[in-house]
Amino acid sequence: MTEVIKTDVLIIGAGPCGLFAVFELGLLDMKAHVIDILDKIGGQCAELYPEKPIYDIPGVPYVTGQGICDALLAQIKPFGATFHLQEMAETIERIGDPLFRVTTDRGKVFEVKVIVIAAGGGSFQPKRPPIPGIEAYETSSVFYSVRQMEAFRDKRLLIVGGGDSALDWTINLAPVAQHLTLLHRRSDFRAAPDSVNKMMALVGEGRIDFVLGQVSSIEGEAGQIAKAIVKRNDGSHFEIACDALLPFFGLTMKLGPVANWGMEMKDGEYVLVDTAAFESSMPGIFAIGDINWYPGKLKLILSGFHEGALMAQKAYHYVYPGKRLVFQYTTSSTSLQKKLGVAARA
Amino acid sequence: MPKITYIDCEGTARTVEGEIGATVMETAIKNGIPGIDAECGGACACATCHVYVEETWRAVAGEPSPMEEDMLDFGYDVKPNSRLSCQIKISAELDGLVVRTPERQG
Repeated sequence: MTEVIKTDVLIIGAGPCGLFAVFELGLLDMKAHVIDILDKIGGQCAELYPEKPIYDIPGVPYVTGQGICDALLAQIKPFGATFHLQEMAETIERIGDPLFRVTTDRGKVFEVKVIVIAAGGGSFQPKRPPIPGIEAYETSSVFYSVRQMEAFRDKRLLIVGGGDSALDWTINLAPVAQHLTLLHRRSDFRAAPDSVNKMMALVGEGRIDFVLGQVSSIEGEAGQIAKAIVKRNDGSHFEIACDALLPFFGLTMKLGPVANWGMEMKDGEYVLVDTAAFESSMPGIFAIGDINWYPGKLKLILSGFHEGALMAQKAYHYVYPGKRLVFQYTTSSTSLQKKLGVAARA
Repeated sequence: MPKITYIDCEGTARTVEGEIGATVMETAIKNGIPGIDAECGGACACATCHVYVEETWRAVAGEPSPMEEDMLDFGYDVKPNSRLSCQIKISAELDGLVVRTPERQG
């Protein structure tokens, strides 16, 4: 039985702009569900810049990427948005005026009156390593994620990388594989020290090999890898025979299904929107933050905040057609303050 | 203004003037030097401004920071003299710096 979730608004992207959109929508009594491909809330800020400084959030002289996400989460807490992480919106179908059915890659179905695309630079997907010709082996013997460990039983595995993903999968797949080699450019790791220790223990027990070097090319036939040619730091080469290669080279952003939903795009990369409400060419679908474009657009978080505020004003008329929207200030409005759960300050 | 030379993978050298305090990456982008992508805009969050520092300049240019080494893990054909050009700040001591750009960025 397919799970159908009915709510007012679906926000695609749980980065700072998607998060603040929950706030603006919530002030106007609209409930939102938020979907994101990452396993965490915070989008680019949490994934790429958690420790890095941001100096241009209005009223906030200094905050880190993670800090602004934490602050936004606190700000939107009164509205109780539901988050669907590790999930991506795939198809949309207009079934009403407006009413949309959105299907995700996990088979979830949302029925919403308004869609807000706050997808930033696109969904985070595994980054393809800079190995010439690797595309020919993808999904047959080169994998960027592990869905089922059993698929790797009794295989000779080559895992490449030095971060948490590479180390975690080395530890998890060691008991399953016929043989496992971990390859990294250097002897220092980005991964958590505990994971590195566990991995070194496996090396000490002779259960896996750890080798230094970089893959310069791979050889195989019809998509099935036979071996990787590895370059050492001194320039010499050696070979690692393997049945599957799992490179963990971080994440990159890809536009994904958004590009195919029929909205007018700018350069095939950005959703074209108006500047009155940041609505796309499809009524009921809005785009805010880095994903949109309009004359004068700046890819700043503060711009996305502003775009969210104006978007909510128009979204209200789709969710509550015919109802009058009274513009209020949070400073003085008792009803808004009630929604925020803040006591009236004298 | 300090002069920076970029040699591409075909051996073509291009010399431009850099500003003190600007990065080797910014100088390349500003002057249309090919072979440096700088996808993250200089935030040390990718590995597409990767350059090889000529051996004679390695000591002055310095070695990568730990954060830079983390990002170099994602680079193409990383060598002992690899640096992320967005992390090399131009100073008077770097007048005459020579860097080579790799065959590909990522």
